[in-house]
Amino acid sequence: MAKLKLAVYWGAACGGCDVSILDLHEKILKIGELADIVLWPLAADPKYSDIEAMEDKTIDLCLFNGAVRNSENLEIAELLRRKSKILVSLGSCACFGGIPGLGNLFNKKEIFNSVYLDREFNANEEQIVPKAKVTVPEGELTLPEFYNTVSSLEQVVDVDYFIPGCPPPPDLLWKAIEAIVSGNLPPKGSVIAGDKALCHECPRKREGRKVKEFKRLVDVILDEEICILEQGVVCNGPATRGGCGARCVRANIPCRGCFGPIEDALDQGTQLLSAIASTIDSDNPEEIKKITDQLADPAGTFYRFSLPVSMLKRRKEEGEE
Amino acid sequence: MSERIGVFVCHCGTNISSVVDVEQVAKDAGGWDNVTVAMDYKYMCSDPGQELIQSKIKEHNLTRVVVAACSPRMHGPTFKKTLERVGVNGYLMEMANIREQCAWTSDPGELATEKATALTRAAVKRVNFHQPIKESEVSVNKATLVVGAGIAGIQTALQIASAGYPVYLVEKEAYIGGHMAQFDKTFPTMDCSACVLTPKMVDVNQDPNIDLFTNSQVVGVEGYVGNFKVKVRTEPRYVNLKTCTGCGDCVSACVMKDRIPSEFDEGLGKRSAIYIPFPQAVPLKAVVDKESCLFLAKGKCKQTCIEACQVNAINFQEEEKFTELEVGSIVLATGYKLFDPSIGPQWGYGLYDNVITGIQFERLANASGPTGGKLVLKDGSQPQRVAIMHCIGSRDENYYAHCSRVCCMSSVKFAHQIKEKTGAEVYEFYIDMRCFGKQYEEFYNRVQEEGVQFIRGKGSEVVEVDGQLTVRAEDTLLGVFREIPVDMVILNNALIPQEDSDQVASLFGLCSGEDGFFLEAHIKLAPVNTAVDGVFLAGCCQSPKDIPDTVAQASAAAAQALSAIALGKVKLSPVRAAVEASRCSGCMSCVNICPYGAVGFDKEQKVSVINQALCKGCGTCGAACPTGAITTSHFTREQIMAQIEGVCAQ
Amino acid sequence: MSKKKDFEPLIVGFLCNWCSYTGADLAGTARIKYPTSIKIVRVMCTGMVDPSYVVKAFKEGADGVLISGCHPGECHYVEGNVKTMRREPLLANLLEQLGIERERFKLMWASASEGEKFAKAVQEMTDILKPMGPLNLGGGKKIG
Ligand code: SF4
Ligand code: SF4
Ligand code: FES
Repeated sequence: MAKLKLAVYWGAACGGCDVSILDLHEKILKIGELADIVLWPLAADPKYSDIEAMEDKTIDLCLFNGAVRNSENLEIAELLRRKSKILVSLGSCACFGGIPGLGNLFNKKEIFNSVYLDREFNANEEQIVPKAKVTVPEGELTLPEFYNTVSSLEQVVDVDYFIPGCPPPPDLLWKAIEAIVSGNLPPKGSVIAGDKALCHECPRKREGRKVKEFKRLVDVILDEEICILEQGVVCNGPATRGGCGARCVRANIPCRGCFGPIEDALDQGTQLLSAIASTIDSDNPEEIKKITDQLADPAGTFYRFSLPVSMLKRRKEEGEE
Repeated sequence: MSERIGVFVCHCGTNISSVVDVEQVAKDAGGWDNVTVAMDYKYMCSDPGQELIQSKIKEHNLTRVVVAACSPRMHGPTFKKTLERVGVNGYLMEMANIREQCAWTSDPGELATEKATALTRAAVKRVNFHQPIKESEVSVNKATLVVGAGIAGIQTALQIASAGYPVYLVEKEAYIGGHMAQFDKTFPTMDCSACVLTPKMVDVNQDPNIDLFTNSQVVGVEGYVGNFKVKVRTEPRYVNLKTCTGCGDCVSACVMKDRIPSEFDEGLGKRSAIYIPFPQAVPLKAVVDKESCLFLAKGKCKQTCIEACQVNAINFQEEEKFTELEVGSIVLATGYKLFDPSIGPQWGYGLYDNVITGIQFERLANASGPTGGKLVLKDGSQPQRVAIMHCIGSRDENYYAHCSRVCCMSSVKFAHQIKEKTGAEVYEFYIDMRCFGKQYEEFYNRVQEEGVQFIRGKGSEVVEVDGQLTVRAEDTLLGVFREIPVDMVILNNALIPQEDSDQVASLFGLCSGEDGFFLEAHIKLAPVNTAVDGVFLAGCCQSPKDIPDTVAQASAAAAQALSAIALGKVKLSPVRAAVEASRCSGCMSCVNICPYGAVGFDKEQKVSVINQALCKGCGTCGAACPTGAITTSHFTREQIMAQIEGVCAQ
Repeated sequence: MSKKKDFEPLIVGFLCNWCSYTGADLAGTARIKYPTSIKIVRVMCTGMVDPSYVVKAFKEGADGVLISGCHPGECHYVEGNVKTMRREPLLANLLEQLGIERERFKLMWASASEGEKFAKAVQEMTDILKPMGPLNLGGGKKIG
């Protein structure tokens, strides 16, 4: 069998997904046997121009991680889509926008202000912020354009498979690779993960909750046996796709929601919100308000990984550039 | 497969079409996805209108129907049947409410038409996702619960019992008869109230089909139409209902004899701590008032009553009792309360001795009342001049806006009785004379001829001028302000909702109207029905009414209960929630929030399960479900989302 | 909406069948006029209103969302409305983070006899929303 051509790429990402590929440990050697790596910015040297030079659909498998935050992300996503037979959205950022997607609670200007100007630690006396084009005596310099809104990979190009997770668990990644190599392809659009929400595979005991207050994780020592939500700490398990092996809850950490919404969900955030708010243990509007306000950042909590694929996608835009 | 939808837009005569351009709505609808035919018509609900829908269903083989007309609460059932008569499931129809919620609230023009179009579009989008639903039927328990044993409850109970079916009649007082038992005469015929009522009360007591619970209140209601479970709490009477003969020996032996104001006589007479309020009381058994009984209240008494009773019927150890009843229908006949005029010092009630209320007058005039039927002032003398004031607390924006409906006529009745008994001068202060019933106007004319003076104007004030009781009023016919000195004032006070009517409403799941009386399902078309299937209303708990109307409504409520019994089964609302086990992850968000405890948890499968018999279809669990595993039939996510898209699309 | 001079807000109303929807019918029967801004979606109980519906309405172009049900203690299903009462503040907080002002989302109680109260509430909300202008969520854009 001819060796497969494999591309790995990162958009707006932290690099964790690449590391999870390396976390395949000795299986990574197998990848080396099975495939030629045609692109992998983290680990190999090929350039964009090498890819551009290829015939369309010459790459057998492209693992694309990271969200689409700027014009470079978009350009390469489109390029890799053209050149790849199978495009896999790897990790929560590619699948749902992920943590960078929370940038959608702000706009470009606010983000630039915060990153380059407003912080005490910014030593930026000339108040310089990145621009897509600058003219210097030597000529014109360009940078990718930073978008106002983060998108998931699927929102910009056609995607064949999804492997969620922040980072995606190596066993799911390997499962996907095996399926592709063996030609045993799942139906297009499949999410390589569980079908039900995480609670299904969570080993913790539950009785039906009554939320008396919202506590932060740092403020409690969680009982290891009992449902975390029942202990007053927000756990995203009820509205988050399972299949992760419930690693967080087994490590006594609440589910953060990295596997994203379950199949055909209306909206991960509002549905989780409703599930939790409905069980607030009070019938008194003022008390309810008080309990509610203990949750400092509902959007960041309920949409932690999925804001760009939520119903509203982002905060309202106020006609900004 | 895409649906074939028919859209039928109603003019409702000119009700809708004078505000909304119905032709335009129909024209627009014709262009929407899946709409096969769209048309407008004068009266969709008329026979030809319904036939039009039916013929279009057949002609175009329609799979869904949208009727843009009045409220679905009005004609939803009508059009559902329209479909069913041509073999199409009634749930494949959706109504757009373009009359009550559009034409009638908007000014004619483009915006109204736009709104009607949006509502119709929403209905069309929604109906695509409708599913045929088979309504389940349940058998009807043949017993009926009647709450309240005034004339309304008595009438309902007797009527159902006479058809041979069991009735539980629950009365919170120790005796039945309600306000009517206190009345002296009834208008317009002036026959004696007791003569009309007493035989009925006796019948209640003797009818083998009626199980009477006095001193009792309903404290719990569960279940649904056809199969209610009701819990009744009975307060101790301290007298054995079986052995007490009603001889009254205990009453005269009581150390508190003639020391307690009698409620039945409205405080004008006195009673003992153990007592029988009036000679014709049913059940004719003594009762101990635990507040005024020295033994029960203070633990110290010679207990002369026990000595006096020859059958040992008195038992101070008696405790409250709970009874569980199973019934198919419930009739509420909980009556009314009288407005307390001491709230307004302008009426002088409680300030001046000879200012009394209408019901106090009834007791004074009654031959078995505290004065033996003699109409006298506090000092025992006969009044020479009497004022009767209408609408005390009624038709008064400071108190109750509603008309109490009986006071005009009872005032005329009082006037007639005063003339007859004393020949005194009588002045009636009224806002309007409302003599709407059969023979009422004739009665009013007769009493006018008897020389009673009717003054058009609400008495504004009752004062004492130099020790002389005086009524001040504006005579709006003459346009003059009048001060009329009198010896006695009768305040005809408003009929208002019972003190606990809010609790009773929520116990039975009813709504109250703005006036505080229980709300009927439809003021004209379903005046004895309520929002809760199987719960009916009779008498003044729905709104003030006179005895003829009360009896008629009570019979109507009985007929409602009887028709369910006769059919033996009722259809249940098919709106109900169910869990799709393959989606449910067992997070248990839903289990604690069902108001009926219908959501259970299957520990083996780790999924929630909804008990279909307990679920009432509120959809609360579905909205709380984070995975969309719970669907409420006929209000599914797809349906509501489509409807939202429909109203928002421009 | 093309030829309208003034901005007419769009309010999506979720009204429970037993109290508020009946109350809204009553407003009609009593011929009480109120703005056409509100388009009513009938639900059996406010407890049925998934917060996703509210967000969906905003996404579809609503400038305001009004949920109206039976007064607390009077819900036809005992306390479906209490569940709504619990969801409202958290949802409102979330919406604010998403740039949807507090004024655009309202929960109220109106009984079957309070047609006038309902009509007034619609008038008030419309008056508040008008000067605020359209919500114009930009979330539909593909990139950028
Ligand atoms: S909410 Fe979290 S802790 Fe509770 S059962 Fe679900 S996954 Fe487990
Ligand atoms: S729909 Fe309402 S009544 Fe039915 S199970 Fe769900 S919460 Fe209970
Ligand atoms: S039925 Fe009206 S809010 Fe529940």
